[in-house]
Amino acid sequence: MTKRPSLMKKTISSLALAFGLLAGSTSVMAQEEGNLPSAGTNIRDQASLQRGAKLFFNYCVGCHSLKYVRYSRMAEDLGLSEDEVMNNLNFTGAKFGDVVISHMPEDSAQQFFGKAPPDLSLEVRAKTADWVYGYLNSFYVDPTRPVGWNNTVFPNASMPFPLWELQGVQTAVKKEGSDEVEKLELSQPGKLTPAQYQQATRDLTNFLEYASEPAALQRQRYGIWVLLFLAGFTFLAYLLKKEYWKDVH
Amino acid sequence: MANVFTRIGDWVNERAPGLMPMYRKHMTEYYAPKNFNLWYYFGSLAIVVLVNQIVTGIFLTMNYKTSAAEAFNSVEYIMRDVEWGWLIRYMHSTGASLFFVVVFMHMFRGLMYGSYQKPRELVWLLGMLIFLVLMAEAFMGYVLPWGNMSFWGAKVIISLFGTVPVIGGTLVEWIMGDYLPADATLNRFFALHVIALPLVLLLLVVLHLAALHEVGSNNPDGVDIKHGPKGNRWDPNKPADGIPFHPYYTVKDLFGVGFFLVIAAFIIFFAPTFGGWFLEHDNFIPANNLVTPTHIKPSWYFTPFYAILRMIPSFFGTAFWGVLGMFGAIALLFLLPWIDAGKVRSIRYRGTGFKVALMAFAGSFIGLALVGAGVVGEKLVEWVPSDATFWENTFGRVMTFIYFGFFVFLWCYTHLGWEKTKPVPERVVFDHD
Repeated sequence: MTKRPSLMKKTISSLALAFGLLAGSTSVMAQEEGNLPSAGTNIRDQASLQRGAKLFFNYCVGCHSLKYVRYSRMAEDLGLSEDEVMNNLNFTGAKFGDVVISHMPEDSAQQFFGKAPPDLSLEVRAKTADWVYGYLNSFYVDPTRPVGWNNTVFPNASMPFPLWELQGVQTAVKKEGSDEVEKLELSQPGKLTPAQYQQATRDLTNFLEYASEPAALQRQRYGIWVLLFLAGFTFLAYLLKKEYWKDVH
Repeated sequence: MANVFTRIGDWVNERAPGLMPMYRKHMTEYYAPKNFNLWYYFGSLAIVVLVNQIVTGIFLTMNYKTSAAEAFNSVEYIMRDVEWGWLIRYMHSTGASLFFVVVFMHMFRGLMYGSYQKPRELVWLLGMLIFLVLMAEAFMGYVLPWGNMSFWGAKVIISLFGTVPVIGGTLVEWIMGDYLPADATLNRFFALHVIALPLVLLLLVVLHLAALHEVGSNNPDGVDIKHGPKGNRWDPNKPADGIPFHPYYTVKDLFGVGFFLVIAAFIIFFAPTFGGWFLEHDNFIPANNLVTPTHIKPSWYFTPFYAILRMIPSFFGTAFWGVLGMFGAIALLFLLPWIDAGKVRSIRYRGTGFKVALMAFAGSFIGLALVGAGVVGEKLVEWVPSDATFWENTFGRVMTFIYFGFFVFLWCYTHLGWEKTKPVPERVVFDHD
C-alpha cells in the first residue's frame, strides 16, 4: 500500500488554507469602505458609552429616534441607574421601559429638511462605525446648501451640523479648477480642541454602535466560554475517535 | 434500571420487529470504506446544519411577524427583547451560510472522487435536487427579514422570470402576488420557507441516504469495496475494507462536528455579520421600494450563478439567454454522470487533463463568485477606472467560458477516449494516523 500524507497533516494544511481565504475576504471588505478614518470604537469601554450617550441625548435626540433602544436596557448595559437616565438623558417624559423616540413631528421635519431624519438604531450596522465617525468629522460650511452645511463623506446630506459649537467651523479647500474637495480646514475653532472633538465623536459613534446591537456585549462575554467548552468537547471526541480507531488497520 | 430498559426494548421490538433490522442495516452493519479522508466529514455536517436550521427556525417563528409592516421590527425585537433571541437568530443566519459552505465542499468531494459515477447516479441526482431546493429555501428565507436587500434581491431574482418569452410578465405577477415584492410575496415565501420546502428537503435527504446505502459509499480511491475481498472482523461475507458505520464513523463524525462547531461558534459569537458577507449592511435598512441599494447582489452563495446571468449578453432583444445560462449551469451538474464516461473514479488515478480541468472549474466558480459579489468590479475601478466594466465583463466571460468548458471538455475527454488513467489499486489505500 502506498503511503499518503497523514490525515492530520492534511487537515492542518486545509484549515490553514481556509483561514487564509477568510482573512483575504475580510481585507476585501475593509477596503470597500474606501479611505475613511478608523473609528477606533470599543463597546466594552463603558465610560466612553456613557459619554457618547450624553452627547446623543444632548445633540441628536431632538431629531433622531432610537426606536429599538429602551431606556431601561440602556441603563443596565451602560451601568447607569434609573434616576441617572430619567433625570439626565430622558427629556421627553417617556417611561423608563419605553423606547427612545424623538419628539420632532415627522411632517415638520419633512418641511425643515426635505427629508425626515432617519432613526439611528441600526445606523452603524447599516453604514459601519468608520462611516459614522467619518461623517461626524466631515461637515463643512457650504452656502449653496439649504441648511448651509455639506459633508464630504455623504455629499449633499440634508442634515445641519449641530455639533459645530464643539468642533468649530470647517471650510473646504477645493482642488484647483475643480469643484472637488481636496481637504477640510478648521477656519473657526470650537469649544473642543480637534483631539477632544475626535474623542467626543468616537464616543458618540461607540454609543451608536452599542445601540445598533446591544446583544454584542452579551455574545462576546458568552462566546469565550462556548468556545472553551467546544474546544474541550472536540478534544475529548478526538480521543474517543482515536481509541475506537486503534484497531482499524 | 437496565432491566427496565431491556423490557421496554423487548416490548417495542415485539410490536415493531422491523426496527432493529433497519437500525443494523443503516448503522451497525452498514460497512463504509475505512479510508475516508477530510472531505468525508461534510455529509454528516450538512445533517447537523439542517437540524440546526429546523430547530432555530421553529424558535424564530415564535416571535417573527409575517407582515411587510411588521417583519423588520419583529426581527429587531428578536435581536433585542426576546431572551436569547439574538443567539437563535445568529445561529439561523450563520447556519444558512455554513450550509452552503458544507454543501459546496460535499459536492466538490463528489467531483474529485467520481462519486456520481455508476452505480451512484441516483445518489447524485437526489443530492442535486437537495441543492436546488436548498437554493429556493435560502432565497425565500433571505426575503423574510424584509430589509432593503431582501426587497431588492427578491425584486431582481423574481424579475428574472419576466424574461421568459410570452408569459414572462404574467409569471412575475403570479409569483409575487402583486406588482412589487409586497405583503403577499412575504406571506407566501414564509409559507414555503417554513413548511413546504423543509418537508421536501427532509424527504429528499432521507431518499439521498437510502439511495446511498443501497449502493454503498464511494471513497477517496474510488475502489468498490464490494468487489474487493470479503471478510472482516465483524462478518465473513462483508467487504474486507469496510468498517461498521456505527461506532467507527459516528465517533469520527462526532469529532468533525465538534471542530465544525468551534468555527461556527466563533462566527456566531464574534463575527455574526462576517464583515457584511453573512448579514449585509443594506439589510439593516428596512425595505424601501424608493431607495435602491448601491450594489444589488444576492447572498454570497448565489453569486457564481448570478455572475453567469450578468455576463451573458442579450441577443435578439431579450435577456433570456442569461437566465438560461444561469439555470443551465445548474442543469449541467445534474447531467454529470452521463457527461463523464471516465473509466476511473478518483482524481488520484485519473488523467492529468481531468485534474487540470477540475482545478480550472473550481477556480472559475470562485472567480464567478467574486464577479457576482462585485469584488472584481470594485478592484478594477481602482486599477483601470476608465475601462473597469470592459475588464470585468472580459474576466467574467472567460470564467463563464471555463465553467461551461469544463463539461464540454469532460465529455470529449472521456467519450472520445483521450484520458490516460493510472492503474487503480486492488484495495483501498489506508494510512492510519
